This record gives sequence, C-alpha cells and structure tokens, in this order.
Amino acid sequence: MFDSLTQRLNGVLSSLRSRGKISNADIENTCQEIHRALLEADVALLVVNDFIEIIRERSLEVLPTLQSGTNQAQAIFEIINAALVEILGAQARRVRFAKAPPTVIMLAGLQGAGKTTLAGKLAKFFADQGNTPILVASDLQRPNAVTQLQVVGESIGVPVFAPEPGNGIGSAVKVARDGVAYAKARQHNMVIVDTAGRLGVDEALMNEAIAIRDVINPAEIFFVVDAMIGQDAVRTARAFLDGVGFDGVVLTKMDGDARGGAALSIAHLTKRPIMFVSTGEKLTDFDIFYPDRMASRILGMGDVATLAEQAKKAFNSDAAAKLETKFTSGEDFTLEDFLEQLQAMSKMGSISKMLGMLPGAGQMKKQIDNFDDAEIIRAQAIVQSMTPLERRDLKVLNGSRRARIARGAGRAVSEVNSLIERFTQAQKMMRQMRGGTPQGLPPAMAGMGPMAGGMPRIQSPKAAPKKKSKSGNPAKRALEERG
Amino acid sequence: MGLFGKIIAKITGSADASAADWDELKTALLAADLGPELSNEVVAAARSVRAGSATEAITKALTSSLCNESREISRSISGPTVLLIVGVNGTGKTTSAAKLAAALASDDSTVLLAAADTFRAAAVDQLRTWGERLDIDVVHGADNADPASVAFDAAQQVIARNMDYLIIDTAGRLHTKNDLMAELGKVKRVVEKILPVQEVLLVIDATTGQNGLTQAKIFTESVDVTGIIVTKLDGSARGGIALAIERSLGIPIKWVGTGESVNDFARFDPAAYIQALL
Ligand SMILES: Nc1nc2c(ncn2[C@@H]2O[C@H](COP(=O)(O)OP(=O)(O)OP(=O)(O)O)[C@@H](O)[C@H]2O)c(=O)[nH]1
Ligand SMILES: [Mg+2]
Repeated sequence: MFDSLTQRLNGVLSSLRSRGKISNADIENTCQEIHRALLEADVALLVVNDFIEIIRERSLEVLPTLQSGTNQAQAIFEIINAALVEILGAQARRVRFAKAPPTVIMLAGLQGAGKTTLAGKLAKFFADQGNTPILVASDLQRPNAVTQLQVVGESIGVPVFAPEPGNGIGSAVKVARDGVAYAKARQHNMVIVDTAGRLGVDEALMNEAIAIRDVINPAEIFFVVDAMIGQDAVRTARAFLDGVGFDGVVLTKMDGDARGGAALSIAHLTKRPIMFVSTGEKLTDFDIFYPDRMASRILGMGDVATLAEQAKKAFNSDAAAKLETKFTSGEDFTLEDFLEQLQAMSKMGSISKMLGMLPGAGQMKKQIDNFDDAEIIRAQAIVQSMTPLERRDLKVLNGSRRARIARGAGRAVSEVNSLIERFTQAQKMMRQMRGGTPQGLPPAMAGMGPMAGGMPRIQSPKAAPKKKSKSGNPAKRALEERG
Repeated sequence: MGLFGKIIAKITGSADASAADWDELKTALLAADLGPELSNEVVAAARSVRAGSATEAITKALTSSLCNESREISRSISGPTVLLIVGVNGTGKTTSAAKLAAALASDDSTVLLAAADTFRAAAVDQLRTWGERLDIDVVHGADNADPASVAFDAAQQVIARNMDYLIIDTAGRLHTKNDLMAELGKVKRVVEKILPVQEVLLVIDATTGQNGLTQAKIFTESVDVTGIIVTKLDGSARGGIALAIERSLGIPIKWVGTGESVNDFARFDPAAYIQALL
C-alpha cells in the first residue's frame, strides 16, 4: 500500500546522480522523504525527528568526502540502515538466568498483545534447551484465559500452575507467589508468569502488576507488544516502564505485513533490548530478534531473510515430502494430493503478497500479480465438496454428482468439469514423470495458466551458506551463533 | 485538556493561525494515528475553510472527511439479521460480539451467538462464559470443528427458533494469510445459503498503526466489510486509523469499545469523537 522508502529515495536521488554533487538542499529533501516513510512505518513522531537529526548530521559529514552522486546516494542508504540497526540492536543480550533458581520471567502488556500464546512459546523454547519451566496462570481477568494457558501447556507438555478458575475470581498476586513457591518445591528451574492485559493508563491494574512483580522478584520482565501498534507505542511503553518496569521487549504478530516501526520507537526511548519475535499462531512460530531484518522491514525493503525462510517452509512442506515418498513408492497421484498441493500453493501465495516489498522483485511481482489466488480457493472449495469416494475415484462422477458438488462449492458445473480436466492432466504428467524425481514445478501447477511458467525462486542475497548447527531449532541455533 | 486543546487555545481564529501553529496541529493528528496522508489533507482543508476559529475549521475538516453511510446496524427486511465479526488476532472480537449481543438484547430483541472460532485454545469457552453471564445462548461445535459448519448450524437454529439476531464470532486471522481469509469467505458463503449476512463488522484495536488500512482493505476484498468497531478507546490511543479507514474505503465506524465490561460499548458518535480528539 505504501511506497517503500527505497522507491522514494530513488526518486529524489536519481536527479542527483546526473549532477554528481549533493547540496544541502538535496539532503533536506531526502530527510523529508525519510520522515514520511518512517511515519508510514509507524515510527513515533518524536523518534522520527531524533532519527532524522542523526541522519542529517552523518550525511553532512560523509557526503563531501565522496565524489560521484551514485556513491553519495549509496552512502545515504548505508547511513540510514546503519543508524536503524544501531538503535534496534544496541542493547542485544540473552536471557538472564537467576543465580538461585528458579529463573522467573514475567510477561506484561496491553490486552490482546499475545501474552498467553507467547508464554507457551517461551516455555517450549526453554524446555527444548533442557530447562524445566512451569507456566503460571495469573491472568484471572479475561474470560477463560486460564483455560487457554492450560490447553497451551498441555500441548507442549509443560505443567501449568492454575489454582484459580479466573474469569474475575481469585488474586493474581497470590497465584503468582504460590506459583513460584510451587516451582521451587518441585525443583523447576524456570517459571513463566502470564498476566492479564492492562492499559498503560489504568493505575489500579498497573499497581497490581507491580504487586505481582514485588512478590515474585522476576529475573526478567518482558513487555509484550503487537508489531502492528501505531503512535501509541511510546506512551504505552513509557507507562509500563514507569509502572511495572521491564527488562526486554517481545514483538508479536510479526507474521503480518506491518512495518513494525514501533520497535524503533520503543528501543530508542526505553533503551531496552528487543529479545524475541513471535511469528505465528503455532507454538514453534518464534525466533530471536534480528536487528538487521527489522531495519529492512521498517524501510519497506522487505524482510528478505524471513521471507526466504517462510518460502522454503511452504515449498518443503509436509505435503511435498509426502508426495515425494508416495511418488517414489509407486503410488498414484490422487485428487487429495492435488488438493494438498493447491493448499501449499495458497500458503505460498500469502508469502507472495509480501514479496512485493522486495527490492528488484519487479519481474517476479508481475508473475505474482497474474497469479489468481481466487482460483486456488475455488478449486479447494470444489474438492472439499466431494466425498472421499469421489476424490479417490473420479469415474463415479456422473452428472448429478457433479451438479451436487457444484452446489456445495457454490460454483458452476463447468468449473467442476474444468478442475477435473486439469487434475487429470496433472495426474497424467505425474505418471509420465514417474521414474524421475519430481523436481521443478508442483504438478498442481500444470494447466494453472499464467503461472505455469514456473514458480518464482526466492533467493536471499544475504543468505550465507548455513553452517551445520548443533541445534535443529532456528532460534536456538541463532543464539548459539550470536554467542 | 488534550494536546489539541492547548494548540487550539493558542490559535484564536483560523485566519490568524501561523504556519507553526498548523504544523503543531498536524503533529497532533499524526500522534493520533491518522497517518501522514489524512493528516496533511485535514490540515490543508482546515486552512482553506472559512471559520470563526481554528477549532471550528478543524472540526469542519475532520467532519467532512467522514463518510455518509448509515452508522446503524441494518436489519434484514425479513427473517433474522446475521452479523459476522471479523478481524486480526486480539483486537477484541469476542468481547465485542458479547457486548453487541447484550446491546441488541436490551432493545427487546432475541439474540443468538455463534462460537465460530474453533481454532484458538479456549476461544469457545470464552464466548460461552460471556453467554452465561449475559444469559444469551451460544451455538458451538466440537473442538476444531469446521467454523463454517458451526456458523451454518447457528443460522439454522436462529431460523428455527425465530430469533432476531445471530452474531457470529470468528477466529482472529492476519489478513496476509490467504488460506485463513479463504476460510472466512467460506463461513460467509455457507451462511448465505440460508440467510443473508447483513453486516460484516471489522474490529480494529485503537492502538493499531498504519497497517490497519491494509487490514481493512484485504478483509473488505474477502468478505465485504460493512462497518468498523473500534475497541480499547479507554486507553491512551486515539484510534485515528479508523478515521483513515473510513476516509479511504468509505466504511463507517459503527460502535466503539471503551473497556472490558459489557457496558463499555457505545454507538460511534462522530461529533463527540472529534471533540475528544480536539
Ligand atoms: N481496555 C479494553 N480492553 C478490551 C476492549 N475490548 C476487548 N478488550 C480486551 O482485549 C483482550 C482481547 O479481547 P478478545 O475479545 O479476546 O479479542 P479477540 O479479537 O476475540 O481475540 P482472538 O480471538 O484471540 O483473536 C481481552 O483481554 C479483552 O478483555 C476494550 O474496549 N477496552
Ligand atoms: Mg476471540
């Protein structure tokens, strides 16, 4: 929706390139473009102004030493990027463990920020590293927050201390205190305390958070904040810092396409490190924070590395692996395989939306724009309206069955016919290919129209060849690498 | 007196306002999350408007950026009225569904709730707890049931029981996830086989930044949003992104949430909202 900063700056700087020299007025123009781009990325106004000051100063210092306009334009980019990474990553550190266990981690934040899910993710992350965390249900406010935490804990095999039913009943402070005592008695080395969402302006609830803090003496308090938050980020972050206080920040819902400028505001104003990011609804959708990725994201240059990872996940999905096993073991390609492929492609489509943000993705973007998402959705609806028998054996599909399927999917019979036609083609192709490895485009792409020329290959320019790591968990691996 | 108040007090009449004053005003609009585009537009409009004072000029400019669509929840001409509640994760959909149910029920209407968030842990229980508190029936399915079939079930029940409203709570989903957006489209289509979906209400958290525009755009493409509910206006965020949505997509803000209790919910009052903003 917004022009990326790269595009804006290219506009301003291209004229400079031909002239070869950058004047102070040019720098002012550039600063104005940065100003607008950062505001669209939700960086707080105050921070934008501070940031522009830094850029102006450094530009004025560096530019006169460079000769050509091209170099100067490049230098400005580098100055901006470096300044962003500097602010975002200055305080980077790992989680502090308490000298005497258990290490208590307390979560705090606004309503709906994603604390409960995050509690589960943190518990899993640390349990995978050999710790023995328990979860404590101190959100007694929101209806069934306690149940939610119990379900989450159960799914990852982490015990949940939940003596109170919640829904407004019980004392959050007492639960927290008892939870830590319980963990001590059972020799758990870590306690993660989920708390109710609260507003920065709600004094009573902020005092409750302070009371919880004072009885559990946490090694870390994390401020949990939605990556989609706007200008209010600074007011809220300040209110939490001045209220309960915090030692680190976790950004949630980073799997969306918000630029996440709030990260810059919070890091700059609170001088607290951003520790982790939460990137989806599954409990494994969690990573440590990378300042350089965040910097490109805020600049609208796309979070290349994360995109590449997500694309790889979508391509190498279970569906693909299963298909390959089936294929090599000599089984036939069924309509259900076809559907799974379509679904994998649909997921890929979600990623492709974000691809628009990538620099130099012009050609790729054209293909993506031609790619009709709705077509996949329609195909899905049709296959889902078939009975298992029909999916396995298309020969049973007489006119009345086809009419029923069309009704069920809310599509025309002709569309059902054409899908079956396409599937038959794909199946034929698969049968022909048997013997070779099914590389290249997924069979579901056969006859998919404009995209049939091949899926875009996503390559991260920065992706260095991966060293073999001790850990299979990407977040953990990165921690190892960071040292 | 808010930040705006200070500024306005300084500016005596719109004709006398200096460039610095307008700049300061724009800053305040930006801080309320109206976004650079709408903020520039409002200030430009206010500067050219004829008014006795700057307050009046700004009020006029902001008011004229609102759309003319009705802010009432529209009723079906015949049969039950179906409302679908949608939005990204954690914005306040379930709470708003419950509050809206209570508000409609207090007008002597009969209301049924449907728990079509079958995905998030304990989401069904959350709505059922609300239902018990409010004495409003909640239709639900088995864990991980198909949300469309829960919604369809509820639509059948609301017809069979001859009730006035059906409010369907759905799972939070990011607009960037095609498969989840397709699932939402299916919920709507399946219900529409037997009942028109009268309103699709998008729940926007007042703290949301500029991404809210993208959210609204994509949700509208998928399920044709007819109204906005702005939640969490009891905090320090002013929810200006909702104005930007209304301005750019012509979708009216209909209700606002101002707290966690059932009564913290009101019809959107443009004049009062703008006044609070100033
Ligand atoms: N202060 C305040 N809190 C609110 C308001 N509306 C909802 N909340 C709180 O925000 C949190 C999330 O609300 P939910 O209704 O569960 O949000 P949801 O959109 O259904 O969430 P998901 O289904 O998980 O996507 C809860 O703690 C609510 O009590 C409001 O207007 N003001
Ligand atoms: Mg909900």
